[in-house]
Amino acid sequence: MKLNERSLAFYATCDSPADNAGFLYKRGERHTAYHRRWFVLKGNMLFYFEERESREPVGVIVLEGCTVELCDSAEEFAFAIRFGGAKSRTYVLAAESQAAMESWVKSLSRASFDYMRLVVRELEKQLEEMRWGLAGGCRGSPSSWKPKPLGLERSPERLPALPTVLPKENSCAVWNNTPGANRLPDTSGCGGHDGEGNPRPPPLPPRRRASSSESGSAGAAAAENPSTFCRLHEWYGQEVARLRQVWLERLRGPG
Amino acid sequence: MRYNERELLSLARQPAEKAAEILMRVPKKGSVLKKRLVKLVVNFLFYFRTDEAEPIGALLLEHCRITKEEENVFSISFIEEPERKYCFECDSKEQCQEWIEALKRASYEFMRRSLIFYRNEIQKMTGKDPLEQYGISEEARFQLGTHKQ
Repeated sequence: MKLNERSLAFYATCDSPADNAGFLYKRGERHTAYHRRWFVLKGNMLFYFEERESREPVGVIVLEGCTVELCDSAEEFAFAIRFGGAKSRTYVLAAESQAAMESWVKSLSRASFDYMRLVVRELEKQLEEMRWGLAGGCRGSPSSWKPKPLGLERSPERLPALPTVLPKENSCAVWNNTPGANRLPDTSGCGGHDGEGNPRPPPLPPRRRASSSESGSAGAAAAENPSTFCRLHEWYGQEVARLRQVWLERLRGPG
Repeated sequence: MRYNERELLSLARQPAEKAAEILMRVPKKGSVLKKRLVKLVVNFLFYFRTDEAEPIGALLLEHCRITKEEENVFSISFIEEPERKYCFECDSKEQCQEWIEALKRASYEFMRRSLIFYRNEIQKMTGKDPLEQYGISEEARFQLGTHKQ
């Protein structure tokens, strides 16, 4: 299979910041000797160079779908990058210190595109929820989503693409910035969120969502807060007016 | 450059963000438009002969430029070699536009920028770092201002 190797080499060596870089020992495929190589992690691509100053990588490991584990090896600070297939090769690497090993294991296990996509979607969702005016102290955003280790759970469904347009600023949703009014959801307990990449359901009107959230306590606050109600009333009212306008124009017909 | 071909082939068999039969031309002298099954999976664009299970090739979509060429045609080129273009002729201008939008968003670097944007916005609104609860706020990949466009 052809690969755009020149572009890959460029990506590896260009000045875009690396997510991790350093010397690691890499165990050979056929011979078990370890070779010291300069590794550079960018996105979901782990490049390795003969030397730190080399102009081109010797190779690259595409990390999508891998799991990273500590390794039982004679070599100290060893860890392994494993893939799921039957005949897949396992890459055994060794760091030069405990700290380096931990740093690599951490960054490699979160290097996949899928993982990044989940985090982005989660934040996007949080931001949308905030902008829809849940200022009244709803603490119920479902986000006990925990980062999953790579490779253990891949969503088998098609993942919807990220929207091209970032959530629009609603002209009348004024974000309440008083301290204490907004608390980030905590990770304990509240379990509703699907981090698997299933298509996001359309956002519920705040009233309903607040009352159906598992933490529960926010519903009353949102419903009773008069400024929240006024904003929602105005916002929905504007939408209704717009829709009515479109409908009337259609009735009149072209020309 | 060595790479883990087996895993890349396995990736090519995963469900795609987007897939279609499109006429494609590679930037090689004398090459012509050929019908290919084109499949977008994470930040790779795989292309297959329409009756084959294994891709002919794969393009890593980092540091690339997606350009609308003619009515139904778009191209992919890479910033270090902007003249070398992979051309794609779609069935309609809608299909063309959809692919352009999907490919522009398909890179890891694009997602990183989105993440930094959302993190920043949420932090401005709430005063708190939304990544902290996931234990990843210190990672270099998510830092504000350290990544160039």
